[in-house]
Amino acid sequence: MLNYIIRRLFYAIPILIGVNLITFTLFFVVNTPDDMARMQLGIKRVTPDAIIKWKQERGYDKPLLFNEGEQGLAQLTRTIFFEKSVAMFAFRFGRADDGRDIAYEIKSRMMPSLAIALPVFVLGLGVYVVFALTMVFFRATYVDFWGVVLCVALMSISSLFYIIAGQFLISKLWHLVPISGYGQHMDVAKFLVLPVIIGVASSAGANTRWYRTLFLEEMGKDYVRTARAKGLAESIVLFRHVLRNALIPILTGAVVVIPLLFLGSLIAESFFGIPGLGSYTIDAINSQDFAVVRAMVFLGSLLYIVGLILTDISYTLVDPRIRLE
Amino acid sequence: MSTILQINNLETVLHTPAGPVWAVDGITLEISKGETFVLIGESGCGKSMTALSVMRLLPEVGEIVGGSVRLGGVDLLLQPEIAMRTIRGKRISMIFQEPMLSLNPVMTVAAQIGEVLKRHFNLGVAATQKRILEILNQVGIPDAARRMEEYPFQFSGGMKQRMMIAMALAGEPELLIADEPTTALDVTIQAQVLDLLRTLQQRDGMAILLITHDLGVAAEMAHKVAVMYAGEIVETANRAQFFQNPVHPYSRKLFASLPGKARRRQGLPLAVIRGNVPPLSSEFTGCRFAKRCDQAWGLCHDAAPGWVEVSAGHKVRCHLFSESAKLEAPAGWLEKGATDAPQESSTKSRLLSPNHLIHEACLLSVSALKVYFPIRKGLMKRVTGYVKAVDGVSLAIYRGKTLALVGESGCGKTTVGKGILQLIPPSAGSVQYKGIELVRLERDRLRKMRAEFQLIFQDPYSSLNPRMRIVDIIEEGMNALAAGQKEDVGIAGDGPAMAEMTKAARVDALLESVGLPPEAKWRYPHEFSGGQRQRIAIARALAVNPKLIICDEPTSALDVSVQAQILNLLKNLQNRLGLAYLFITHNISVVEYVADEVAVMYLGRIVERGSVDDILENARHPYTQALLSAVPVVEPESRRHVMPLHGDLPSPANPPRGCHFHPRCPHVMQVCRESYPGISIFNSTHTTRCYLYPQDASASGEAQAEVQAQA
Amino acid sequence: MSFKPVILWTDALVYLLVAGLFVFAWYVWRNEHLLVPWRRVAHSASGMSALTVLVFFISVGMLDTMHFRPAIENGGGGMGETAYSVEVLSLLDLVAAPLRTRVEKTYSAPFAAHLYAKETVELPDGGQVREFPRLKYGGAHLQDPETERMADVIRRSAAGAAMGLVIWGFAIVSLGILLGRGDGKGWRCALSAVFCGSTAVPWRAICITLALMLLFSGAALALCGYYHIFGTDKVGQDVFYQSLKGVRTGLVIGTLTTLMMLPFALLLGITAGYFRGWADDIIQYLYTTLSSIPGVLLIAAAVLMMQVYMETHPELFDTIAARADLRLLFLCLILGVTSWTGLCRLLRGEALKLREMEYIQAAHAFGVSHWRIITRHILPNVMHIVLISTVMDFSGLVLAEAVLSYVGVGVDPSMISFGTMINAARLEMAREPMVWWALLAAFTFMFALVLSANLFADAVQSAFDPRIRILSIKTGALRRKKSGGEPARTYSETP
Repeated sequence: MLNYIIRRLFYAIPILIGVNLITFTLFFVVNTPDDMARMQLGIKRVTPDAIIKWKQERGYDKPLLFNEGEQGLAQLTRTIFFEKSVAMFAFRFGRADDGRDIAYEIKSRMMPSLAIALPVFVLGLGVYVVFALTMVFFRATYVDFWGVVLCVALMSISSLFYIIAGQFLISKLWHLVPISGYGQHMDVAKFLVLPVIIGVASSAGANTRWYRTLFLEEMGKDYVRTARAKGLAESIVLFRHVLRNALIPILTGAVVVIPLLFLGSLIAESFFGIPGLGSYTIDAINSQDFAVVRAMVFLGSLLYIVGLILTDISYTLVDPRIRLE
Repeated sequence: MSTILQINNLETVLHTPAGPVWAVDGITLEISKGETFVLIGESGCGKSMTALSVMRLLPEVGEIVGGSVRLGGVDLLLQPEIAMRTIRGKRISMIFQEPMLSLNPVMTVAAQIGEVLKRHFNLGVAATQKRILEILNQVGIPDAARRMEEYPFQFSGGMKQRMMIAMALAGEPELLIADEPTTALDVTIQAQVLDLLRTLQQRDGMAILLITHDLGVAAEMAHKVAVMYAGEIVETANRAQFFQNPVHPYSRKLFASLPGKARRRQGLPLAVIRGNVPPLSSEFTGCRFAKRCDQAWGLCHDAAPGWVEVSAGHKVRCHLFSESAKLEAPAGWLEKGATDAPQESSTKSRLLSPNHLIHEACLLSVSALKVYFPIRKGLMKRVTGYVKAVDGVSLAIYRGKTLALVGESGCGKTTVGKGILQLIPPSAGSVQYKGIELVRLERDRLRKMRAEFQLIFQDPYSSLNPRMRIVDIIEEGMNALAAGQKEDVGIAGDGPAMAEMTKAARVDALLESVGLPPEAKWRYPHEFSGGQRQRIAIARALAVNPKLIICDEPTSALDVSVQAQILNLLKNLQNRLGLAYLFITHNISVVEYVADEVAVMYLGRIVERGSVDDILENARHPYTQALLSAVPVVEPESRRHVMPLHGDLPSPANPPRGCHFHPRCPHVMQVCRESYPGISIFNSTHTTRCYLYPQDASASGEAQAEVQAQA
Repeated sequence: MSFKPVILWTDALVYLLVAGLFVFAWYVWRNEHLLVPWRRVAHSASGMSALTVLVFFISVGMLDTMHFRPAIENGGGGMGETAYSVEVLSLLDLVAAPLRTRVEKTYSAPFAAHLYAKETVELPDGGQVREFPRLKYGGAHLQDPETERMADVIRRSAAGAAMGLVIWGFAIVSLGILLGRGDGKGWRCALSAVFCGSTAVPWRAICITLALMLLFSGAALALCGYYHIFGTDKVGQDVFYQSLKGVRTGLVIGTLTTLMMLPFALLLGITAGYFRGWADDIIQYLYTTLSSIPGVLLIAAAVLMMQVYMETHPELFDTIAARADLRLLFLCLILGVTSWTGLCRLLRGEALKLREMEYIQAAHAFGVSHWRIITRHILPNVMHIVLISTVMDFSGLVLAEAVLSYVGVGVDPSMISFGTMINAARLEMAREPMVWWALLAAFTFMFALVLSANLFADAVQSAFDPRIRILSIKTGALRRKKSGGEPARTYSETP
């Protein structure tokens, strides 16, 4: 088991290097730092001095891969590639355009992101499974039929609509909870209610339908017939046999995203004014703060890889057939 | 004897998208206490649906539309679902065909059995545990106390079926329904399971409704027999009556289509039932078997026959036996049926003396063939061991002869076939075809040789590409090998005429030679039945004029009547075209019918080989003996002595030290545990590897060296 | 009026796609076994109704795809060559010219005759008053909007709807004649079969959908010449027009994205699964790496970089439309890069399974070359996966476009799409009273498009995926129960 995890971590390194190369190419090779400076400073009225100053402030004034002006190892280390890309492996993300330390920002914004994403995740999982089980229990009846119709309809609505309509109805029309913002300590709860509800609702259609398909697929298996042949009641068959088998793909599918919960949700956070990583990313995209976007890309893939490893581990926990070697 | 289950006029419909299918159409039967009632029939005749209707566990598209099912006088069909649940698992239990799929993979064995106890008995925790252990011991699970907390995947197929039986027995049922309980198992394991069922029945006196397609299993188990055809029972009798004197033309044909030694001796082709089981969605007027019956006359097509009692307790549904209808029957009909004459002219008897074989030209010789699959483990995926699927197999196949390679599943026989054809690169050893070494031959040269040896597969459903027309499938090989221009084109023995044929004409001729109309070539595989597909697969292999065909279980997925058609075809082609076959199979009766020589394989090695008579009459190796004794036989008088084999096939990744067979061998000696035995020679063809017999000095030294080299 | 046809990059690809679809349809038509699953699609009521709606969207999208540059009439004219406008128009722009050109000053509500904001208006007598001024176009034909508007709207919409019904009637009769000729029973008989719902192809459902679509579009067409039926936006542009324009953007993103990456996914997925070994290792590494970057972030990074490139190289594009179009194409490409990995993984798995199939072993035994095995055996047997994933991805991509445009990494701001409409409208969310119509129009159009795409995808999936087919049987059972059991006694094992 431990051996396996070590091996998986070992495999993660080439993938992270690949991600790093992709981001490096995207940010520094497709466009030169000069181009970016020109873009940031405004195309029309840009002076060469301003570009040099812009690059110096951000440390983009070095050669990309090889610094001929230096000696020894410094020829490789005093380069954009080493200082901007390789440094990320040590979580040195550098500074954002507004001068703040990105690593510090990420640390302080993780918790608010998690405060929304985690309840959405947990509550969502529960709600979807319950809905799907209900539909399967009443399969081949109108409950099931209209349930599927509802799911398809819910799937077809844009997530933006859920947010806008939710904000309008609950906060603006009924004045139940604040429309946006974030508070301290216990206060947080009242700001979280709306985004969490909306978060759960917005992916209800697709997930419920998917889980229903999984359950139905399990229902068709032979062991279900065996269970019925034992004289078990339909609800016991459903909960003890079908649910346990269908939970394997559901849980392991869900585990992948657990680490990514730290990144929060881009849209919801910016709509509700929650100071999480999602809104941080959006702000960075809007202000074209490349350093932050680069850091987030790296962090995102790191978390995804952690998610993959967790998935493998969770398989061994829920499925007795799988042993990691 | 008191009646336990009484089924009256049961009708079950499956509502498929294509329309209703009358899977069970008016079945009536009665099962008494302590009795085994066997329902025999080919696939798709409604046997399983009958069982599921009794349990009221039909798939959701299924619906019982008429009749009654009485269990001890109570009509189950009128019970509410709640009441049904107290009956299922308690008074009627059921075991299914696929033990691998029928157990819940994520629950421990104890939990799954405990569930039944909890549902139907009021037992405490300790009592439940005790009872579970007791049941597991009853069904013969070794080390049950420890293994009951394991998951199904940790058990072998035979053990899983024992678990299923344990689960079914937990409720102490009055009636056990067993739906093809041994079809998925190897023959030695099948013998174990059948034996277990019989023992349990004798002890508890429960009734068993056994569903099977295997006449042999029926002969072993049955007290009473009913033959089912197209949703109906056509004949019902006691075992003795049925196996001594089956009367319905369908039953007779089933017997006649069984391959076996006797048929081969007489040089007779197997009887075939032409055509296929009619689709149950159609409306029937008259006898359902009439279209395929040699003895049918006008009345059979017009009126459905009623029940006729031919002797006490032996009833049949056939116009041949009804007094009123008999008068109308044309003279001579009955007599014709009674003799069951073969329709085709008999081919010459081909019993050859062993010496004769030596002089035949050796077509293919395999020596010390090894196919290892590496097992990778650890941080760098180092190779830590090998699955020795084939571990030093030597064979020789002669022109125009059939070598049967026999063994249980997992013994590596399919891998031998693929290794010979170089579809899997062998790890070591040599394969010589007409003296040319095939192992590590360059791809281009090998490709040119591929026309010489071809392959026929087990599963007719996955061996034809569903998206290609038959003509494209057959032409594929011709195009790839540019066959057809060679001088020795010998299909159908028509000589040079064949060589000038266009490709299209060749396809027609090929289809004709496997008994299909030329129009078939424009259609797609899904439009054909399993037997027809197997014919197409044979035509595809023949298209390149091979000299050797490796037949990998070509009939194991087919019903016995269709199997007969295919075996006849293969024999016929062998006689006409002089083909050599390597016939890979686990079915001994097929071996008896087709083989000239037999090689018995166990865990990657050949333990015994010889001519078919040597092996079948005079088997020397304990494994061969056990294998042969485990095959259920139809002949009622020859009650065989089953030589019990314990345990399962060990893993080829970690074969036992010494003789691979020693953990299961009844004659095991100390020396067997230490080193692999050398060759014992009985006559020029019959050899085995067993310490029970004097070792041949020259050969055994060689074998020792071989073993040393591997260690 | 003379014009110069313009074929933008996405136009070319759309034409290619349409041509490809025709060839595919022709090929399927020729091969009976390929036709079988499509027949199942054709027998699905929900799928065919959805297709009917999609046809409307697709025709709007196609009209909007044929681009040209109109000639500018230069005064005295006749001399020299004709100059062409820098503005690229489409056929849809031409058809909807009234909508496009009737620009108000700023916001106005649906069917309004007045602006949404008060303005200081100079009275003829010189005095000033703050009031809601009349719109230049919307409801301009009314004398007194307060009293006449309601009746006018009802009258015009009824006339439009009636027109729609007439067209529908023609369509129905011609359908009847067509069907009647097919089975030679005459059109009345065929029509009565259609209305009893006893035809194999669910013509009744299609007819009802068609009737609804024609009613609505008839009414909308009749009204949109006199009113802004969905109101106007900040710069006074008609929202109905914008919604129509948004359709093409959605369609292009939904289809081109998958199609652009399809060759890569097919090639790499099959190669990895079929050849195994080092090719498999490399390809797996490639897609694991790509899929480990969260999609939105990769898209954001790539689009930002593209933006920089386009800003710093303005000389590459001769018109705004060309620039916006290239950005759209690039967005498709980026979306494709993030979404091909899933398909690639599926195809790899399927190829792994297929290579062990016995017919492929048989082909090996004949010495058939790898290339032929891939093209003749593997490719035809994975096409259903490609098809299913293409139709299933479509709706997700349309929805993703809106989110991306909202985040600011979507289509060019000058290109009308549902995303840009929502993005522009949300800025006015806080306004009291709210400007809701642009949002509503965008969401409604998007919902209709995505819902019909989802329903159609469902029909395709259940027709092609053998695992999913159980579900359609289930609904069969439902129908049976509803129709009242024809068997005397019914037993069911489920409660």
